Amino acid sequence: MTTIYTDNNATTKVAPEVLEEMLPYFSEMYGNPSSMHSFGGNVGLKLKDARQKVADLIHATPEEIIFTSCGSESDNAAILSALAVNPDKKHIITSVVEHPAVKNLCEFLEKEGYRITFVPVDRMGRLDTDLLYSSMADDTALVTLMWANNETGVIFPVEEIAQKASEKGILFHTDAVQAAGKVPIDVSRAPIDMLSLSGHKIHAPKGIGVLYVKKGVKFHPFLKGGHQEGGRRAGTENTASIIGIGKACELAGEHLKEMDTRVKAMRDHLEAGLLENIPASSVNGEQEHRLPNTLSIGFDAVEGESILLLMDQTGICASSGSACTSGSLDPSHVLMAMKVPFESAHGTIRFSLSTYNTMAEMDHIISTMPGIIQRLRDMSPFWKKTQA
Amino acid sequence: MWEYSDKVKDHFLNPRNSGVMDSPDAVGETGSLSCGDALKLFLKVNANGRITDAKFMTFGCASAVASSSALTEMVKGLTLDDAAKLTNDDIADYLDGLPKEKMHCSVMGQDALRKAINSYRGIQIQEKPGNVVCECFGVTDLEIIEAVKTNNLDSAEDVTCYLKAGGGCGKCVEKITEIVATAKMEA
Repeated sequence: MTTIYTDNNATTKVAPEVLEEMLPYFSEMYGNPSSMHSFGGNVGLKLKDARQKVADLIHATPEEIIFTSCGSESDNAAILSALAVNPDKKHIITSVVEHPAVKNLCEFLEKEGYRITFVPVDRMGRLDTDLLYSSMADDTALVTLMWANNETGVIFPVEEIAQKASEKGILFHTDAVQAAGKVPIDVSRAPIDMLSLSGHKIHAPKGIGVLYVKKGVKFHPFLKGGHQEGGRRAGTENTASIIGIGKACELAGEHLKEMDTRVKAMRDHLEAGLLENIPASSVNGEQEHRLPNTLSIGFDAVEGESILLLMDQTGICASSGSACTSGSLDPSHVLMAMKVPFESAHGTIRFSLSTYNTMAEMDHIISTMPGIIQRLRDMSPFWKKTQA
Repeated sequence: MWEYSDKVKDHFLNPRNSGVMDSPDAVGETGSLSCGDALKLFLKVNANGRITDAKFMTFGCASAVASSSALTEMVKGLTLDDAAKLTNDDIADYLDGLPKEKMHCSVMGQDALRKAINSYRGIQIQEKPGNVVCECFGVTDLEIIEAVKTNNLDSAEDVTCYLKAGGGCGKCVEKITEIVATAKMEA
């Protein structure tokens, strides 16, 4: 059985070109870039090259790039730094649909006495920007918002919001983990102060992240210790992975056009095919401002984990918006915040594509899914009721 | 990914007795769309009070389907008296165990069976005795106390695994913790 991998918002395969770049830096060129000898120093040169490539993807300068261990660390570092450099400000603005890396930290900070505004979204996943702007106050330290949603792919107008925040002297951070490599990111276009990236979402390995900190923005290190990363993130550099994410960013830049054309066409084909062949199915989230690779689709009266396990039997990998896969019991906080009805929220599947997918794979999914959904509907006590 | 036993996988992939039963003698329904799982159990009962056939319709995850399938296999041939003694643990044991977080699926099976038997016997049970503690899943304090005592649960987290209570918005977790502590002291 061949595997059809459509779960690229969860993680991606390491690109062969990325792996090839990394391999020499484990057992051959294993020097410490901080060392005085050229054996280590040469690795340092390679890191410089990687830093430039990461900076290029988002139109930043290399000095603005800090390597971290993952997207979650980048998010934590950004949010906690914003509070540390603004000790008098006790307010953060975020949204109700953030990734747990931001959401759970904000909820923790709320218990610690900070005031957090969780800006709601509408039925299509669009942010209530009026409420967001009116929440900006004198004691607001930070606005932190995802660039694009991991579950629905809905894109927030982060550039416009960064501009408004900047006018009020409020720091702006964006979790761009899902947006990077899928839509163009240009930090020179808007006053974005901090931005998080993750390697494993763009065909670099797991365990490497990036935090962009705009030149001139005060930064308080999350991990204190050695002088690495200009004193902004201690710890011996994860050299091979940094080299890997450098190469991955280079490739991501080259593939942006393909994302917006071939990948988008595959997603649209899959979306149309599923909607046409499976009754009582519906797309979650605004279709206009959406990542080109993401499709969140709900099937009424069936449950996500059961769908995924039957898909798994046919080699198709995807995710669900269902509770049962994650251990919690409510459907995803994103779908609930959008007020997606329970009957389709529980049966929501997220397909997320990459440039490695093919149109033939989409056709295979389109021909396989109707049978899976029907099989579960045949034993669902809610199916006839829904249909009637 | 959950670690399901081979039996759970088998009953999920090849569910026994799924589908609607024509003119059943007893029906037991539990769960709801909002809860994320639901089971409708159908029984045929002969003049001697023995279950001759069972079928189910289930909405839910793999362990919910497997628990329902197992339940129908287990009750066939039993007298109503014996069937009434089946517990959620018996269902889980039949399937070589369920992940702890999925124990509520076996509780759902037990609940539907009791409701079917009661409806057959014409017993009107009071809707949900006790006071609702978990509003997300409509679970009462008496249900929590019973689950703590019969399944020897230790924490609010355990209660969530068995009854789902506390697993939604989380507002009632503190209250559940208090109920667990009191019930443990009484036990």
